[in-house]
Amino acid sequence: MVALKSVFLKDLALAYRQRAELMQPLMFFVLVITLFPLAIGPSPETLQRIGGGVVWVAAILSLLLGMERMFRDDYADGSLEQYILSPTPLYMIVVVKVLTHWLMHIVPLFLISPLLALFLNLTFDMYVALMLTLLLGTPLISFVGAIGVALTVGLHRGGVLLALLLIPIFIPLLIFATSAIESASMLLTYHPQLAIIAALLLFSVALSPMAIAYSLKVSQN
Amino acid sequence: MSVLFAQQVACEKSDRQLFSDINIELHPGQLLYVTGENGAGKTSLLRILVGLSSPSAGHIEINGHDVQKELPSASESLLYFGHKQGISQLLTATENLRFWCQQHGVEADQTSIHLILAELGLTGLEDIALKNLSAGQQRRVSLAKLWLKSDAKLWVLDEPFTALDVHLISELENKMASFLASGGAIIMTSHQALNIDYPMTNLHLEYSW
Repeated sequence: MVALKSVFLKDLALAYRQRAELMQPLMFFVLVITLFPLAIGPSPETLQRIGGGVVWVAAILSLLLGMERMFRDDYADGSLEQYILSPTPLYMIVVVKVLTHWLMHIVPLFLISPLLALFLNLTFDMYVALMLTLLLGTPLISFVGAIGVALTVGLHRGGVLLALLLIPIFIPLLIFATSAIESASMLLTYHPQLAIIAALLLFSVALSPMAIAYSLKVSQN
Repeated sequence: MSVLFAQQVACEKSDRQLFSDINIELHPGQLLYVTGENGAGKTSLLRILVGLSSPSAGHIEINGHDVQKELPSASESLLYFGHKQGISQLLTATENLRFWCQQHGVEADQTSIHLILAELGLTGLEDIALKNLSAGQQRRVSLAKLWLKSDAKLWVLDEPFTALDVHLISELENKMASFLASGGAIIMTSHQALNIDYPMTNLHLEYSW
């Protein structure tokens, strides 16, 4: 327990020392979203119709931008070797690292989201649906994405490769998330979509830590 | 019981057989000195022995635990010091060592960390981010782990003397001698001659194509 708490605190301290780098994906997220009203036209109905999808696509892209940070520095400075050779099983350390990374990337996103809802003329129901799908969907992105990061950590400049590997995997998530928001805009219930996203999340939380830990071990070879 | 037991270990890298049929049995108080040219596979051997890389053939146990299957229990009594130092440039020496101790189940408070850093000649530099220290000083911070983890049974040291000054090399040699005398075992590589008054076993790796 002490060991896991220490992994969390170390990642928090490191993130704080690199806060400029941490801000970049968030700025990217905001900028991408502000481009849409400019490009498509400021008509409130159009914006409302595309709003949920735009936020989701921007969220996936900005999370992918920050994803590489998850294991890159630990791999480069040898901390990862020390994690592998510690008495705590690697998959537990990996869970803590993924959750810390998610927390640091997603909390700012949530804080800024009311503003974006305003930009895109989302109704209150749509906003609630958006928040709920983001809350359930983004940890899924982090856990599944971490497998990709762990696989590419040994390659230098795996950035674009990572996006190419991961974006197709997120298509089902995107479909259900945007469908939930669309249902909300028509004041319909969207529990089924949320339930499917939650099921995807639970499945990935259960299985991905093993895959991430194994990929990280393979990257040491 | 042997601290480390390796049987018929072989390593292959991009179709090149680095070494094969390596058998090692290391007992408490034994020093194994691995020599060989650049590219002979010293680092690869060490990484395989601690379980970081997988051998192409063979079987390795540390304190009776198979390193491929039970790495966490095998690493409890192990201290690996590799080319990468396992310390973060952005954190201070104290932070790095505190986190490391917590993650490796070593009981150490602020005072004991500071005492060890002082012993290694880092007084006054405890709370400066490592990127502002010299390469040798960073190396010392990383070496402090050898002083901190006192219940280790096996040290695996890959080129521990790199970037160290003469004074610290002799201090490290003394530390190694006392660790061996207290029943610890060491496997190490180095290109420098080792001035240590202790019987050692030599393992020479031939460079092969």
